[in-house]
Amino acid sequence: MFARPHSDTPHLTITVDGQPVGAREGDSVAAALLAAGVVAMRSTPVSQSKRGPYCMMGVCFDCLMIIDGVPSRQACMVSVRDGMRIERQRGPRPLEVDTEDSP
Amino acid sequence: MSDTSRDKVTEAGVAVIGGGMVGSALAYGLAKRGANVVLLDEGDIAYRAARGNFGLVWTQSKGDGMPAYAAWSLASAAAWPDFAEAMASAAGRSIGYEQRGGLVFCVGDAERDQRAAQLRRLHNQRDDAAPVATMLDRKALHDLMPRTPLGPQVVAASYAPGDGHVNPLYLLRGLHAAIRRHGGRHAPGAAVTQIVPTGGGFTLTRADGAMLRADRIVIAAGVATTRLAAMVDIAAPVRPQRGQIMVTERLAPLLPLPASALRQSAEGSVMIGVSVEEVGLDTGTTVKELARMAARALTVLPVLAEARMTRAWGALRPMTPDGFPAYAQSSTYPGAFVATCHSGVTLAAIHAEALAPAILAGRLPDGFEPFHPRRFDVRTAA
Repeated sequence: MFARPHSDTPHLTITVDGQPVGAREGDSVAAALLAAGVVAMRSTPVSQSKRGPYCMMGVCFDCLMIIDGVPSRQACMVSVRDGMRIERQRGPRPLEVDTEDSP
Repeated sequence: MSDTSRDKVTEAGVAVIGGGMVGSALAYGLAKRGANVVLLDEGDIAYRAARGNFGLVWTQSKGDGMPAYAAWSLASAAAWPDFAEAMASAAGRSIGYEQRGGLVFCVGDAERDQRAAQLRRLHNQRDDAAPVATMLDRKALHDLMPRTPLGPQVVAASYAPGDGHVNPLYLLRGLHAAIRRHGGRHAPGAAVTQIVPTGGGFTLTRADGAMLRADRIVIAAGVATTRLAAMVDIAAPVRPQRGQIMVTERLAPLLPLPASALRQSAEGSVMIGVSVEEVGLDTGTTVKELARMAARALTVLPVLAEARMTRAWGALRPMTPDGFPAYAQSSTYPGAFVATCHSGVTLAAIHAEALAPAILAGRLPDGFEPFHPRRFDVRTAA
């Protein structure tokens, strides 16, 4: 689907929902995933329909993913790092409540 | 279909000036009762509170100092469920309306005591027995919303079971669609610049030069009301008052009931308000106000610290000197009405279902004297 115009940068490995995926240094997360054939990067909060990168330049916010545990990051604006943990963001994200709520 | 400024509208039974929440609700109420209505709308370049407001359908706190306004707001809240159904039908989708109660959070004992005193004052001003809102302590709040992680400083809240919220953008879309559905004309694209009373009717000129003759007119032009009302000999002082709002990304359900300055929309966004600023015709935002609003929201719901803010905006409330609505018919030029308020969402239902038929009948509803803007006239000493 996508072909790399050059391939002389070092190989590295990231994980997507726990599965290892190959990438190249200098890739954005979105570019690495598209090159690996991963197109749907999240599902929307209201209708749960699938979304992937549209603009690839930081303005459309359709490529939001959980990157190293931080939700709602723009995959097209983050460079890959070896061992980076990527997760698809599904539906509306819950905020973590770390204490027992009590009256 | 909408007219454009190029279509010369020449005759109408009633011309409503102002396509925001007040004018659109009145035009809808008039059109559905068979009036030949045209809604003259400057368009989205207008200083339009209807595109920037918070979306509460709210009765608690309304009318401290004017019991008629409290009663009018309550009547509108009661009319809202049927009205919302009509709006959803016209919009062709949900308008995000919920009426399951609303809250005003109190941070600290002083706020709680102040709020309780205000509720007593409001209640004492009204003849009818049932209080609009009651105070809930921390335990009762927890029972009401056991899954909402309120901050430790929230000691209480006032709670009004009849309060609710709505998506104001879908509401405005529904109103415009409903006007067309009932045979009314929505004519955006040019402000009304001049009103000339002529032979029992009115001749209106728009910014694009188009002219219109109408038997009756309703001036519901928000912050532009004062200038237009003067043309039919009504003194209606209205000034712009800015409110800022910020909104988070869409989140999983967190806050099941709307609150003053904090609500979660049906789509999951958390909206955070609210500022009160006297800055003239300026719809900008300021870091100072947004930071203050965010700090308050974090006190109420500390977990919001993790949420991302996606947008912030400012909008202008059309504000009278006492903050209450102004409704009047010109005594010099009968058939010319003025309607303005900053509660266009809450009052939309009653504007459509009670004020519009009164305008159609040629006189404001009984008991409307307190709303007349002559209350702002400078009184001469006896």
